[in-house]
Amino acid sequence: MTFTRETDHGTPAAIATGKSVTLTIDGQAITLPEGTSIMRAASLLGGSIPKLCATDSVESFGSCRLCLVEVEGRNGYPASCTTPVAEGMVVRTQTDRLKQLRRGVMELYISDHPLDCLTCGANGDCELQDQAGAVGLRDVRYGYDGATNMGQAKDQSNPYFDFDPSKCIVCSRCVRACDEVQGTFALTIEGMGFDSKVSASQGEGFLGSECVSCGACVQACPTASLIEKKVVEVGTPDRAVVTTCAYCGVGCTFRAEMRGEELVRMVPWKDGKANRGHSCVKGRFAWGYAQHQDRILNPMIRASIDEPWREVSWDEAIAHTASEFRRIQAKYGTRSIGGITSSRCTNEETFLVQKLIRQGFGNNNVDTCARVCHSPTGYGLSQTFGTSAGTQDFDSVMQSDVILVIGANPTDGHPVFASRMKRRLRQGARLIVMDPRRTDLVKSPHIEADHHLPLRPGTNVAMLTAMAHVIVTEKLYDEAFIRERCDWDEFADWAEFVSQPARSPEAIEPLTGVKADEVRAAARLYATGGNGAIYYGLGVTEHSQGSSTVMAIANLAMATGNVGREGVGVNPLRGQNNVQGACDMGSFPHEFSGYRHVSDTATRQLFERTWGVSLDAEPGLRIPNMLDAATDGTFKGLFVQGEDILQSDPNTHHVAAGLAAMECVVVQDLFLNETANYAHVFLPGSTFLEKDGTFTNAERRIQRVRKVMAPLNGYADWEIVQLVANAMGLRWTYDHPAQIMDEIAALTPTFAGVHYDRLEAEGSLQWPANDAAPDGTPTMHIDGFVRGKGKFVVTDYVPTDEKTGPRFPLLLTTGRILSHYNVGAQTRRTANTAWHPEDRLEIHPSDAENRGIKEGDWVALKSRAGETTLRAQVTERVAPGVVYTTFHHPETQANVITTDYSDWATNCPEYKVTAVQVMPSNGPSDWQLDYADQARMSRRIAPLEAAE
Amino acid sequence: MSDENDVMSTADRLIYMANQIARNLAAQGDAEAVASTASHIASFWDPLMRARIVALAAEQPDALSPIAAQAVRRISA
Repeated sequence: MTFTRETDHGTPAAIATGKSVTLTIDGQAITLPEGTSIMRAASLLGGSIPKLCATDSVESFGSCRLCLVEVEGRNGYPASCTTPVAEGMVVRTQTDRLKQLRRGVMELYISDHPLDCLTCGANGDCELQDQAGAVGLRDVRYGYDGATNMGQAKDQSNPYFDFDPSKCIVCSRCVRACDEVQGTFALTIEGMGFDSKVSASQGEGFLGSECVSCGACVQACPTASLIEKKVVEVGTPDRAVVTTCAYCGVGCTFRAEMRGEELVRMVPWKDGKANRGHSCVKGRFAWGYAQHQDRILNPMIRASIDEPWREVSWDEAIAHTASEFRRIQAKYGTRSIGGITSSRCTNEETFLVQKLIRQGFGNNNVDTCARVCHSPTGYGLSQTFGTSAGTQDFDSVMQSDVILVIGANPTDGHPVFASRMKRRLRQGARLIVMDPRRTDLVKSPHIEADHHLPLRPGTNVAMLTAMAHVIVTEKLYDEAFIRERCDWDEFADWAEFVSQPARSPEAIEPLTGVKADEVRAAARLYATGGNGAIYYGLGVTEHSQGSSTVMAIANLAMATGNVGREGVGVNPLRGQNNVQGACDMGSFPHEFSGYRHVSDTATRQLFERTWGVSLDAEPGLRIPNMLDAATDGTFKGLFVQGEDILQSDPNTHHVAAGLAAMECVVVQDLFLNETANYAHVFLPGSTFLEKDGTFTNAERRIQRVRKVMAPLNGYADWEIVQLVANAMGLRWTYDHPAQIMDEIAALTPTFAGVHYDRLEAEGSLQWPANDAAPDGTPTMHIDGFVRGKGKFVVTDYVPTDEKTGPRFPLLLTTGRILSHYNVGAQTRRTANTAWHPEDRLEIHPSDAENRGIKEGDWVALKSRAGETTLRAQVTERVAPGVVYTTFHHPETQANVITTDYSDWATNCPEYKVTAVQVMPSNGPSDWQLDYADQARMSRRIAPLEAAE
Repeated sequence: MSDENDVMSTADRLIYMANQIARNLAAQGDAEAVASTASHIASFWDPLMRARIVALAAEQPDALSPIAAQAVRRISA
C-alpha cells in the first residue's frame, strides 16, 4: 500500500431518514439522503470545497468561512458545511466572487501564522498549506508587523504530541473532537476574539489536564498545532498499511504509517468497523515497546533456573525444546506436559499452539489466559444461548435505549467503545451501572447514571436475581418472546425461584448493601425502557460465581426479550485483543476450535483425519490444575506463548511453586517476563507489527493483522511454533498464515467462510461466517438461539468462602487503568508510565483515617495468601470497606495478595474478592525484596565466549 | 519464593471443587444436581483428577457433600 490520505468528506453522513433529495452541484446531478451537507455532497461527487474548520469526524461548525458556496435563488454565500442539500437545489462552488472571498479569508489566517513551512513538522501534511494553495493565495497584504499570536510557548508536556499555539487557527476541530468523538470535554477555547486559544482543562499543560491522550484532537488538527512528536522527529510517512491493534478486545484498526521500515505513527482507520476512526492512548501511541531495548532477540537456554541464560542458535534452542519435552514424556507419561496459548497472539498462532499440544504432545493439556478472565462467559453463554460469544456488534449500542453496565469500567478498559457508548448516552439513552466503584461512567461530563448500584463485591448473583424478582413479580417480562424463543417450562421454574421472598431486593439489601428501592427502579427501567443492552466485564466473571452471574445476566435478557435484534443483547467486553479468538481456536482443554467437546467422536475424527493422528478424547488440565499437578510431581513441562502467568494469575506464591517444580518451562515472549524467571528455554517472540495473521475482537469480528516490518527476532511466532512442531516429528509445511486460516475454516463450521481473500474484500467478518451466513453475523440469535430454545438456568446465590474478619476486614478488588494493559509488559515499556508509574491502592477516606493513612503514604496490603506494599490513593471512588488496585507493575505484584478461590464451573480466579488488611508501612515487604533479588539473578545472561 | 501461604493441598482442592460445583447446582433439586455435578466433572476434569476424586471419596467419606458424593459415585461407576 502506498501513502494516500483517507478521504475527508468534511461533514459526517446524515442520519438516515429514508428520504433522499436530488440537486445539482457545478452542473452535476446527485441524489443522496436528506440532511447531507452541500460540502459532503460535493465531496461525494469527487470535488472538494475548500475548508478548514470542517472534518467528517465531527459535526459542522461553520466558523472558518472558507467553504462558502453560491446557491441559485438564495441570497449571500452560505457555508457549505452547515447548509443541507435540498430538492432541486443548484449549487456553484467555484465563481470569481467565491474565489475572492476565500482568498480574503485565507489571507487573514495566514497573516497570523508562522511561515516556516519548510521546517515545519507538518510540511506536506498540512491542510492550511493545502487550502492556501487551493484558493490560490499568492500574497498577504496585511504584513506581519502588528500584534500576532506567533511566538507563544509550546506545550510539550504530553509524551506523544506537542501543542504549538502559534500554529493554531482556532478552528475548534480539536475541541469538538474531544467532545464529540472522545467524550472527555477536556479542551475548550479560552479567551475571546483575537485572544482566543485552545486550552486543556483550566489552562493546564496537556499532561496534567483531563486529557486522556486518545489522539482525536491531533488527528483533527488541520495544521501542525497539534502534532505527533514522532512526525516531528522522523518526518511525514511515505506508505501506510492497515492493521489491527494489539491492545484490548475492541480491536481498533489503524493505518500504520511508515517511512521505510520505521513506524511513524498509528492513525485510526476511518473504515474500521470496530473503532470507526477513533483510538485510545494505547493503540494510538503506546507501540514503542516493539523496538524497546529490553526485547530479547536471541534464543536462550539453561539447565537450571539458578543459572544465567546462555544465548544459542535457533536450531539448538528448538532441538533442546523438543528433546526436553520428549524426555519428560518418556519418563513421566504423555500427560506430564502441556501448554498455554496467548490471547495476544493471532488466531493462526493460537491454533497452531493447541494443535502442537493435541497432535504433538498427544494430550489436551492446553489452556489460555481466558481461564483467568472470560472462561465463565464461555460456560454461561453456552449453557443459556448455545455459544460462547457476545450477541451484538459495537454499532448496536447506538440503537440502545437503556444500557446496563455490570462489573466493567469501559472508559479505562475499552475506551474506544466507551466513547461510542457515551455518545449514545449523550443522545438520551438511560444508564444503570452495577459496580462497587464509582467509575467514570457513573458521573462524568454530560453523563450521569440513572442508577448506580454499588454492591458489595461477591454479591452479583444476589443482585441480578433480585432484579429478576422485580421483573417477574411485577410481570414486566416479555411473555410472547419467552413462549416463542425459550423453553417455557424452564422459564416457569426459574420464575418460581426468583419470585420467592428471599430473592426480593428488600431481602438481599443486607447482603449487597444497595437500597431495595434503587434495585427495583433499576429493574423496572431495564425491563420497560425500550431496547435494553447489557455490557459486562471482569467484575462479573472473576468471582466464585462468575459463571452463575453470566447465566443470571442471560436470564434477564431473555426474560425481557432483549436478545436477537440491534440495540439489545448480552455483551462481554473482552480483555485482551484476541481473547475471543483464542477461545474460538480451541485453546480450552475440553474443546476443539468452534467450542466442540473433545469427547465428541465425529468432531474428533474430523481432526484425526486432517492431522493424521489419534487424538485424546479426555479433557486436559486447566492452568491451575497444571500448577497443582506440578507441585504434586506429575506435571513437568510447560510451553507458554505470550502470557505471563506469574504476574497475571492468582496467588503468586503458588504459581511460583508450580513453575519451580517443573523440569522444562519454555517461554516464548518479547521480554524476559516474570514467568521467564522460572524458564529453562526462552524463544524470542515477534510483535504484531512483524507478522501476518488475524485477531478476533469482542464482537466476533475477525480482522487482519498485517506485517509492516521484518521481525527483529528473525521469525514470526507462528513460524517458531512450526519449528518446534517439526522438531517433535510433526510435518507442518505452512508458508503463510493464510494456509493456517484455511485449515481452521475446514475444521470449524463457524469459520467455514473465513479466508484471507474474503477478509481482504470485506475488511472484516463476524463469525459465524459460513454458507448459512456468507457475510458474517453482526447480531446473533435473530431467529432462534444457537442451542434452539433459550435456556433459563436457576442461579442460586452462594456466598464466597473468602470472608472478611478481624484479621482481614477489608475487601480488595483489582482491575485496570486506561494507560496500561494487562501485566504492563508492553505499556510499561512506553511513555504511558507518565500517567501511571506505579500501582496504587485506592482506599476510602474513612478507612484511611481509621488507619492513619494519608494520600501517597506507603501501605502494607496483606491477605491470607501474601503481602505487598504500595502507595495509597485516598478516594471516594471506592466504598468504605472496599479497596482497589491494579496489577500492572511487577514491583507490586498485586496477585501475591489474591487467593486460590475460583469460579465453581471454570476455575476463573476470584480476583474481585480478597479479604485484606491495610496498614501503614515504611518500605517494601520482605517478599518484594526477595523477589527483586531473585528476578535480577534469574535475568542474567552469560557473556558470549570469544571465538577461538 | 518457594514458601506458600495458606494453600490447599491438591487433594483438599479437588474435594473443595467438587463440593463447590455441587453447592452451585443444588438449586436444581437433588436428583438433577447429582446428574449435573457428575456431568460437569466428567466434561471438565482431566482423567487423573477424576481418578483422584474417586479415591478421595473412598478415603474420606465425610469430606464430600451428599450431592458431590453421589456424583462422584456416578462417575466411578
